[in-house]
Amino acid sequence: MRRLFLSLSLLTAALMAGFLACNTNDPQAVRPPAKFGLDFSNVVGTQPLQLGTVAYKNASGELFTPTNFNYFVSNIRLIRTDGSAYVVPQDSSYFLIRQTDPATQKITLNNVPEGSYKAVSFVLGVDSLRSTADISKRTGALDPAVDHTGANGMYWSWNSGYIFMKLEGTSPSAPRDATGTGNFRYHIGYFGGRDTKTINNLKTITVSFGADVAQVDPFRQPTVQIQADVLTIFDGTTPISIKAYPEVMISPFSATVAKNYATMFSYKGLKTAVTD
Amino acid sequence: MKQLQLIGFLLSAALFGVVASCQSGGSEVVTPAPGPGKLDTKPPVVYQTTPYPWKKPANFPDPVYNFANNPLTLEGVALGRTLFYDDMLSVNGTVSCAFCHQQPAAFAHPDHALSHGVNDKIGTRNNLGLQNLAFYKNFFWDGGVADLDLLPIAPIENPVEMAHSMPNLLNAVRQSAKYRPLFQSAFGSDSITTARFLKSLSQFMLTMVSANSRYDTYARKEAGGQLTSDELAGLNLFQQKCSSCHAGELFTDQSFRNNGLSRALNQDVGRYQITLRPEDKFKFKVPSLRNVARTPPYMHDGRFWTLNDVLNHYTTMQEVPELDPVLRQNGKPGVLLTDPEKQQIIAFLNTLTDTAYIADRQFSAPN
Repeated sequence: MRRLFLSLSLLTAALMAGFLACNTNDPQAVRPPAKFGLDFSNVVGTQPLQLGTVAYKNASGELFTPTNFNYFVSNIRLIRTDGSAYVVPQDSSYFLIRQTDPATQKITLNNVPEGSYKAVSFVLGVDSLRSTADISKRTGALDPAVDHTGANGMYWSWNSGYIFMKLEGTSPSAPRDATGTGNFRYHIGYFGGRDTKTINNLKTITVSFGADVAQVDPFRQPTVQIQADVLTIFDGTTPISIKAYPEVMISPFSATVAKNYATMFSYKGLKTAVTD
Repeated sequence: MKQLQLIGFLLSAALFGVVASCQSGGSEVVTPAPGPGKLDTKPPVVYQTTPYPWKKPANFPDPVYNFANNPLTLEGVALGRTLFYDDMLSVNGTVSCAFCHQQPAAFAHPDHALSHGVNDKIGTRNNLGLQNLAFYKNFFWDGGVADLDLLPIAPIENPVEMAHSMPNLLNAVRQSAKYRPLFQSAFGSDSITTARFLKSLSQFMLTMVSANSRYDTYARKEAGGQLTSDELAGLNLFQQKCSSCHAGELFTDQSFRNNGLSRALNQDVGRYQITLRPEDKFKFKVPSLRNVARTPPYMHDGRFWTLNDVLNHYTTMQEVPELDPVLRQNGKPGVLLTDPEKQQIIAFLNTLTDTAYIADRQFSAPN
């Protein structure tokens, strides 16, 4: 009986210690961590993007059917209403959005500080630091050995650079291949170079939520809807015709494509999931 | 008594709850991921690696490679050596790294002007010998890859070289009974990741140091380090006529230059493909001349088969607009050398052959 009493006391003490340790180490422990969602929806003008089935038309009057559309989103910052920013931890801030995989189009940021947010900014591409980082720092979407061949290839092994944006498709305005299909391919990379300065096609995008404010706390998870319009790749700052540029990869003209896609994102709305 | 047991049980449950909530509310608790072989009932083998004693040759500059991110171990080097000699790195199991990088040729490909890949596919450039890779800022004739750890992906995935895909190759390595124990002994678990695969290849390649040619024993004033009078005359001429590009103990300043090759049959833009800078058009890496007598043919497209041909090019080259200024003297392209002087330079270049390196068993195919 005495022994039982002793063990009970010890258990109670341990229980107390557990609470205390929790409280001293992490005062937020009683509140679950807050989350923030970013949903990317890819469109062509006013229509949703569909791969391989729909022929869209650009401002040059050319019909085109996208067959593949991928881009990297990285270095995400959430900007508060007071102008300060929450910077997503670097190692958790690289995402590859692929049109063929809807799951990749929904980003969930975990452990976001509670507060009021008015905008998000991100880099379209993979910044120079990570583009030159040790292989052990290139995991997940950045792993040069995972799914980087074929249609989803987003890594150039011959210059060890990431492809920031890849748009491929067919168009009657592109030169015909042996099967009679006209193909166009835009693979845009180049982070500015290591020892030798090169083109820098990294673009920092800021998407403002307009008059909306995203309130983050453990019971309200906002999800911001961001739209990417493929049409701006052709019809952005500088109009680009598929006939004149059926293939843009490793040429100085890639900078013109990058300038165009820098304008492709817009804010479409905010949804907040409320829990008790 | 039973009641007390119940209280005890409830208390334990509550205690567990506290600990659990503590974890989810606080920072992530990282538990070491067990390897795929976790069902083993055998007691865990103690994981112990032996550091590889990598040493910079006394007459060499400091290495470029960041060894801190990939400490060399005998086990890691052994794994990399096994991979280097393994045909499974190519899509149809016919071409290993060593297929094109052969030790007797100082890890160049003798008798091949252009690189030779799977299904007899032919590349666009002459492969470079492998040696002293720890000292290079970048790799390939165009310097496209600047990190040795990322280098093997290029030949593995090049459709005219090994034509494999990294995901498929890594899956094959994971399924190979041979490799799991090798990764286990090199890295402490048999988890086969991209980083471990590439870093073990780097570990082996980093051990490939060639610094024991007759020239080296001369340069380091070691016993037996004498050169003949022709070789010394050649060294003297080399220093006057060649060493502004083939500089220092690596015999390259690692720059990219145009050396006046005719483009009548080859329009390869070289470094431009990497930098897209107009001034880099038709420029190629100045190659090291270590073991040069062992690595014919020469130039980025293997157009010259002998050192004599190479020196004749330098004395007879025609004007090209992109010619490096150092190769244009008094407005005329080329280097002034008499035939006897060329022979002296070749005599000197022969002293750069490191016979110990090309015979060293630690770089040969593992048994």
